[in-house]
Amino acid sequence: MRAVDAIVECLKAEGVDTVFGIPGGANLPTYDALYDGGVRHILCRHEQGAGHAAEGYAKASGRVGVALATSGPGATNLTTAIADAVMDSVPCVFITGQVRTDMLGTDGFQEADVTGITMPIVKHSSMIRDPRDIPREIHEAFHIARTGRPGPVLVDIPQDLSRADIDYEPNPALQLPGYQPKSEGNVKQIRLAAKALANARRPVIYAGGGVVSADAAAELTELCTSDRFPVTLTIMGLGAFPAPHEQWLGWLGMHGTRAANYAMDEADLICAIGARFDDRVTGKLSEFAPRAKFIHIDVDPAEISKNVPAHIPIVGDAKRILPKLVREYRALTADSSRLDAWWERIHGWQERYPLTYEDSEDEEIKPQYMIEAIHEVTGGEAILTSDVGQHQMWTAQYYPFSAPRRWINSGGLGTMGFGLPAALGAQVANPDATVVCVAGDGSLPMNIQELATCVMEDIPVKVFLMNNFYLGMVRQWQELFWERRYSAVDMGTSPDWVKLAEAFGATGLRATEKSTLLDTMRQALETPGPVVLDVHVSKEENVYPMIPAGAAARDMVG
Amino acid sequence: MAEEPAASDLLSLDDLEAVSGARTGRRHLLSVLVENKPGVLARIAGLFSRRGFNIETLAVGPTDDATVSRITLTVDGAAHPIDQVTKQLHKLVNVLKIRDLDPDETIARELALFKVSADDGRRAEIVGVADIFRGKVIDVSKRSVTVEITGTGEKIEAFEELVRPYGLVEMVRTGETAVTRGRLVT
Repeated sequence: MRAVDAIVECLKAEGVDTVFGIPGGANLPTYDALYDGGVRHILCRHEQGAGHAAEGYAKASGRVGVALATSGPGATNLTTAIADAVMDSVPCVFITGQVRTDMLGTDGFQEADVTGITMPIVKHSSMIRDPRDIPREIHEAFHIARTGRPGPVLVDIPQDLSRADIDYEPNPALQLPGYQPKSEGNVKQIRLAAKALANARRPVIYAGGGVVSADAAAELTELCTSDRFPVTLTIMGLGAFPAPHEQWLGWLGMHGTRAANYAMDEADLICAIGARFDDRVTGKLSEFAPRAKFIHIDVDPAEISKNVPAHIPIVGDAKRILPKLVREYRALTADSSRLDAWWERIHGWQERYPLTYEDSEDEEIKPQYMIEAIHEVTGGEAILTSDVGQHQMWTAQYYPFSAPRRWINSGGLGTMGFGLPAALGAQVANPDATVVCVAGDGSLPMNIQELATCVMEDIPVKVFLMNNFYLGMVRQWQELFWERRYSAVDMGTSPDWVKLAEAFGATGLRATEKSTLLDTMRQALETPGPVVLDVHVSKEENVYPMIPAGAAARDMVG
Repeated sequence: MAEEPAASDLLSLDDLEAVSGARTGRRHLLSVLVENKPGVLARIAGLFSRRGFNIETLAVGPTDDATVSRITLTVDGAAHPIDQVTKQLHKLVNVLKIRDLDPDETIARELALFKVSADDGRRAEIVGVADIFRGKVIDVSKRSVTVEITGTGEKIEAFEELVRPYGLVEMVRTGETAVTRGRLVT
């Protein structure tokens, strides 16, 4: 069998129904195998788009996303998506073509050392040196991508090796002696954690994207509601605990709620689950949660005590650990009333500092109102992707997510241009779902070419563009911290998004008045095929509240 | 104060101690077994540079198993939390085993070559010093003598100090490699 046909067989054996990518010289053999191989291929218009589409597919479905690219520029175009996937722990396999082995190291046409370039941003990578290894290496890539802490794995295949004939045996044995992720969690530590929770007077459960990755949202909710534990989530974890809920404090960090941030600040015990104490969460590290002891549950031991020293570390899979923790906790029959004073304090913050904005009294569309409108027209049931910037923060603030895998954003790397290709991938994984990309006018142009992919493949994503004609988040920082010196943030009025959408063969709509926004949004949702809805919002609205960079949580402003 | 829960469940949060993440303040010798595959050393070097860890010495070589190589490296535990270094190393799929060697239970050796400038009058002196260090003279020319010294890093540094006044043309060091004492496998 040709090695490339074996690749397609391996993909099918791994349950892959769709791959995203672009062919080129070095991966021509793979594309020949895909021609009638029985796996759907979606031709993207830029490899970065293919990479983010694979991420969107993975984040929405929990399955491994796959993107293909040719050597050289094809592979280097993937790098942003690879870096994005490693930061947000997205299970993806990237298969790149490489120049022939006799050309390696000669600076041949379209040669780039892609395993070298991507070394710091992959979970693992390999370059094929013997075509007989290809099936095993592909299966190992999938195994590594989806187990433990998920992440991107790259397999680079020189063109001549991909054309070789090999004996293909299904399901080759994996050879990964150095890879043994832990899943169960230490029983003694779990017991200790239960005791700590039972003895805490001011506990907070702080959970992140790891809970979503582990498909442990139900288990998290079970733990939180096994007592009246206050819960906050990171922006990556939204949906892991059903919002709104009486125990829900809102998300935390730079643009999270005051209630969540103040609760972390005054907590005596913080139970971190699948979260990594990112600087956007902690603010000034030395003043972060100064009174708290920490339980830290994570599948990646290197996250434990990396930023904040853990008192009770538990390494393993949240889905396996949380039910044990709940059992141990229930057995202690802790007196729930010990939390009364704590809740009183939290309710005080919630009443004093609700998440709110001043709505316009005329036809001006406030960006926060736009997000509330999206929630209304989708009934809170859509899958939302976003780009990066103010619109991302407002979406996280004003669209309560009641289930996991409905909120797909680039949290760690903060990749502008992520939203549209991610929506494309999410829609492919969930053909019947309503998928809305909340885009920014700075971000959307960065991968707008994928609108052509959506049109050609009939992928009906709805792009709701929050258009304030600025690089809004940068403008906000310039306003607040750089004396309003608006340097290089004015996006002007180009392009005409309606015409651009139409030029791609999609539907273009525009909304400039509050009174017609809901109707126009409904029209967009009811229109078959991809739609771009250009919503003109207030130009200089700021995202509040905010922890200024380097400040402590208690010093939130706005 | 409200009533405490049942006595068997007593646990004061104040008694909980943070688990490491701290700097030890001493030099650590890490013995790392890795799969003998292309690019593994680059992955390790890349990891150290990306995470801002500084490798002080590095020695790489084959083991009795052809599929496995051993990397012995020293890291400053005052500058970096060692458990972060080892945990990040463990995340590399090709890393099989890491041992943070206990200095009291370890024999560490390094090889160094010293090329010292020497005319006829001083050669005997230099060779005399080398003898004290159980060094070997491995090359002699009209104007130089080259000495091989094996030992701990401190011994090599002591020798360096003594021969420097004669005019040190070059010094080449391998970096430390090490095994544990006794029958146990490193």
